[in-house]
Amino acid sequence: MSSPPAGTTIAPATSRRRFDPREVRGRFPLLNARRDRPLVYLDSAATAQKPESVLAAMDDYYRRYNANIHRGIYAIAEEATAAYEDARARLARFIGAPAREVVFTRNSTEAINLVAYAWGRSALARGDAVVLTEMEHHSNLVPWHILAAERGIELRFIPVTDSGELALEALPGLLADGRARLVGVVHVSNVLGTVNPVEEIARQARAAGALTLVDASQSVPHLPVDVRALGCDFLALTGHKMLGPTGIGALWARRELLEAMPPFLGGGEMIREVRLQGSKWNELPWKFEAGTMPIAEAVGLRAAIAFCEELGMDAIFEHDRELARYALERLGEVPDVRILGPGAERRGGVVAFELGTIHPHDVATVLDHRGVAVRAGHHCAMPLHERLGVPASARASFHCYSVPEDVDALVEGLHHARRVFG
Amino acid sequence: MGDWDELYRENILDHYKHPRCRGTLEHPDITYEDANPLCGDQLRIDIEVKDGRIERIRHSGHGCSISQAAASMLCEHVEGRTLEEARKLTREDVLEMLGIELGPVRLKCALLALKTLKAGAYGITQWPGEEETA
Repeated sequence: MSSPPAGTTIAPATSRRRFDPREVRGRFPLLNARRDRPLVYLDSAATAQKPESVLAAMDDYYRRYNANIHRGIYAIAEEATAAYEDARARLARFIGAPAREVVFTRNSTEAINLVAYAWGRSALARGDAVVLTEMEHHSNLVPWHILAAERGIELRFIPVTDSGELALEALPGLLADGRARLVGVVHVSNVLGTVNPVEEIARQARAAGALTLVDASQSVPHLPVDVRALGCDFLALTGHKMLGPTGIGALWARRELLEAMPPFLGGGEMIREVRLQGSKWNELPWKFEAGTMPIAEAVGLRAAIAFCEELGMDAIFEHDRELARYALERLGEVPDVRILGPGAERRGGVVAFELGTIHPHDVATVLDHRGVAVRAGHHCAMPLHERLGVPASARASFHCYSVPEDVDALVEGLHHARRVFG
Repeated sequence: MGDWDELYRENILDHYKHPRCRGTLEHPDITYEDANPLCGDQLRIDIEVKDGRIERIRHSGHGCSISQAAASMLCEHVEGRTLEEARKLTREDVLEMLGIELGPVRLKCALLALKTLKAGAYGITQWPGEEETA
């Protein structure tokens, strides 16, 4: 086993801000809805629950100022446009970027596809290489598979160690021949919870003349992210994992890259001028936003960002990590539990595990009948499961409303599953 | 949880822990392998046919309790019956054998055995219940 790569140990939280997860929980209608059996929601890495303020903001938009943006010369259209653009500005500030560099998309997947199509097809040629990692979500693999097959691009992979971390010592070798044009890396693994040393990867990539794309689907919702500090060139994020609605995400990219890239989707709003035989593109970021965008979702995302800022991203991360630490400790008490991924000091609020030879779907079904919702399967990371030698796993994941009692219910459920299948 | 747990124990776990018709055949007339990519369930079914009748049927592979129990129940049910009879089996028949309610995701686990049988014996490769729309 190699020594751990530099930079992956998460510094002890310096934040003095704390919040009471029980009070926070009270602001999530779904978690307080009456049902036969209390819901223990442990699948926030798949999608987070939504606070009342997000639901109210979207409802208010539809009830009071629903209108198409950037077009109508009347009061509610102007209000809708202002709200949509304010959502962009707030999201940009949230990740330390100028608003002009933030393009709204449907989700992270679409953001990565945007890069693969618009940048990949204009900047890459046969013989170029794209470096990814063995722990990528399918969303940061498949767009590159498509491009590789179409353009003769070579795909290379940073290996994953047995403890579920990137074998960073392999990176210099992967960059050595100068053919790598992009390094794509997940910031926080959706399976292992591993927090990857993105700054170091971006530094090495830059030195080798390659750009860096960060899949921030699991990081922007849980910890402070500043694109300049990361030193990356592209960053993909999604709204629904950060307490916002589905259907809205974003791509951040450095301005000169966006300027040089051709459009991804063609249609209304992304053009400045259209003639029958051709058109001129709109300026950034609207050049990449064709057709009517998800306006209510942008308004909802704005409310979600306000909610996260109120709690503090440092405090959310600290809360998630404390729960992960508690979960690792409690799961250790259950015989036959095998935890995937690194120790608590190197992970966020995600814990994937196996329970003996019981199939993860069976584990999840037994838990479901006790009201405990976990994810089971390969979590859209089949190559990672193959690398770790497990066909599938069960996964518990947390957000600001999760409490230690949720972990206790999971542990009791696992003991029960062992009795059922024992 | 009570009722579901009991049904699960009675109907599924017995077949999961003590599968009927488990194994492979040396000289099968029909052999077919299929998988459910969503969960990684894998199943192979071997059949010996005599005069249009399923003389012997065996299943092998791995997967969750529902996919394995369904394979066990289905093989036990069709062994000795004619291929024509087996062809008429529907998704509802399998769910009745299992005797528990299943959500849409686990439904595929339950139907993998019937899908594999029908693909091997009759070349019907769609999921049971989806043939019409395919």
